Amino acid sequence: MNAIEVIDVTKTYRKYARRKQFATIKSAILSGTLVNDLNPDETFQALKSVSFAVPQGCTFGIVGRNGSGKSTALKVVAGITKPTTGTVAVEGRISALIELGAGFHPEISGRENVFINGIMLGLSKREITRRFDEIVEFAELEDFIDAPVKTYSSGMYMRLGFAVAIHVDPDVLLIDEVLAVGDEAFTHKCLDKFAEFRRRNKTVLLVTHSLNLVERFCDEALWLNEGRARAMGDPRRVVSAYITDVEKQEERHMASADAKAKAAVEQRDGSTASVSELAPSAAASSPPASRLSPAAEAEAREAAPDMFQAAEGRWGSREGEITAVELIGEDGQPAHVFYSGERVQIRLGLKAATPVTDFVVGIGIFNVDGVCAFGTNTNIEELKADRLEGEGRVTFTVDALDLVAGTYKLDVALHKLDGYPYDYHRLLYSFRVKSRTQDAGIYRPRHSWAFDGGVTFKERVSTP
Amino acid sequence: MFKNLTALLKYRPLIQAMVVRDLKARYRGSVLGFFWSFINPLLLLLVYTFVFRYVLPSRQPNLDPYALFLFVGILPWTWFSSSILESSNVLIAGGNLIKKVMFPAEVLPIVNVLANMVHFFLGLPILVGFLIYYRTPLQFSELVWFPVVVLVQLVLTLGLALVVSALTVHFRDLKDILSNLVTFWFFATPIIYSMQDAPPIGKTFLNMNPFTHLAVSYQELLFYPGNFGHYKWLIALGFASVLLFLAGYYLFNRLRDTFAEEV
Repeated sequence: MNAIEVIDVTKTYRKYARRKQFATIKSAILSGTLVNDLNPDETFQALKSVSFAVPQGCTFGIVGRNGSGKSTALKVVAGITKPTTGTVAVEGRISALIELGAGFHPEISGRENVFINGIMLGLSKREITRRFDEIVEFAELEDFIDAPVKTYSSGMYMRLGFAVAIHVDPDVLLIDEVLAVGDEAFTHKCLDKFAEFRRRNKTVLLVTHSLNLVERFCDEALWLNEGRARAMGDPRRVVSAYITDVEKQEERHMASADAKAKAAVEQRDGSTASVSELAPSAAASSPPASRLSPAAEAEAREAAPDMFQAAEGRWGSREGEITAVELIGEDGQPAHVFYSGERVQIRLGLKAATPVTDFVVGIGIFNVDGVCAFGTNTNIEELKADRLEGEGRVTFTVDALDLVAGTYKLDVALHKLDGYPYDYHRLLYSFRVKSRTQDAGIYRPRHSWAFDGGVTFKERVSTP
Repeated sequence: MFKNLTALLKYRPLIQAMVVRDLKARYRGSVLGFFWSFINPLLLLLVYTFVFRYVLPSRQPNLDPYALFLFVGILPWTWFSSSILESSNVLIAGGNLIKKVMFPAEVLPIVNVLANMVHFFLGLPILVGFLIYYRTPLQFSELVWFPVVVLVQLVLTLGLALVVSALTVHFRDLKDILSNLVTFWFFATPIIYSMQDAPPIGKTFLNMNPFTHLAVSYQELLFYPGNFGHYKWLIALGFASVLLFLAGYYLFNRLRDTFAEEV
């Protein structure tokens, strides 16, 4: 038997944002859009013919990006809003944990609020009296229950709201991302309560961004994307499909961010280039080179000084030029998101109009704090430059990208042995490293643990 | 719609609890607390008595004692006008409930009207004090009619509150329109003057005002000696109020689904 049945539901909201942009009716009339603005086709479809069924006793998870229609789906099931088309059927008493403590009145005590909230959620006064102690104990508010709710901290407020809602003893429980209401211990208590719900064969509909929770607790999952059901069924399969999609999205996002950074620099560069043409000497004493102290100049053999510039940018004389920078993942395709330990290649396209013989190719990887994770160049690695002429390609292969999870920025440079820059790309490229583990730092060496004698460990514990 | 109306009966404990909460919350933190429910009408009465006795003295001898005459009209008017004014805001103020909890929205205006009715009841002992002080003779039949007048007023106010609360969600200007309208309405009702003193044209106009018949009923019952002659009007108003309530509920029901998106 299905506890929840959603058939072909579409939910259309009217959009107001545009109409409000007009300060006055006059301006709307003048621009001739008044009629258009009032037109009902200015709508937004939060759900587009979504269907799903949740059997009784099943825990059903809904995942999806922000604005994908998850909460709307939950509200439609809860009966808070009506679907524009389609039907929704729910069997049994529903309790919706959409906003905790929504009905609390700040001026009156927690005790009175528990009673009123309980009645709002469909309990009788006697039922609340019977469960009152349990509710207060669950919320851990024994000492504060007679204080007005306005004096509560937000955590106390949420805990009390959660405790009341969960003690309503519903047949169908709807939860919208409310598990993060307390400290670790409280979260555990909530999860235990869920487990109890499942044991008692209650139906749970869970909307969350915690994919781990979906994988662990749900019998079935639905992935909503822009109001449409993208995948449904086994939670592991659905979650992994969702993660793949999120990565693709992130990939696109980083690619466009890189393109933007580059375009901005190019534009800035364009204006300085015209200046340097007027005064060629200015180009020769490019800012980083001119800042060099004699001591630093000695160090220039080790690393290009430009590496310590804070801001992203691109500079250099362009006698030799870096025309393309690509990061390539294990599948041979350009990418911006990698897994820790993956084989990654950095591919540079080089160009020189006139032959150049004094050149060094350098690479630096920085974390978001600006700490250099790794930097090297052809000179440090004792490769002697011979000739750069026309177009060419450099591939730098990292056999295993042993970085911890995070976002990293890339420097690439083509410069003379003494540090004089031909083409320096500072922090223009970013990539993200993902990892299943949450280790700290920058470098993630290959490692293992071994235990002897009195030191023993149980099996892995998985945390939510 | 009638299914929903019967569901209203099911919400009785909820309505009751919320009325109690409203009353508790209203004076929480104030020193005098519930006494404000007595003091407010008393102070109001003092102001009006001062104005109409010393600033703009009324020449009608039939309105003596004027303080009692005023009080008989102002007490129910306060219930009526605060209910209507506050109703315009209840759904918007309770937006969290409508948007986030499965909550029967009609409970909000109903609770508001009932809470104001309790304030009205709390003012009644003062009225009784006045009646005893001025030794107004009361007939038993008049005491029987009194709850009927209150009931008619309740139904009328509920009907209007439903309409006002539902429409304000879509048409926020109503709130400001109402606050002016209510002031006008007050003077268009025989509360500070008597029906007999109105000119004939004014009478026709006053008769179209539903609250006229409530005010006159209260006055005939509690102020004027003699029998309650206005009962025909009252009964007619009673039927009209029931119709208004049903129409108001129908409108509320039609707009119900839009509340969660508009508040």
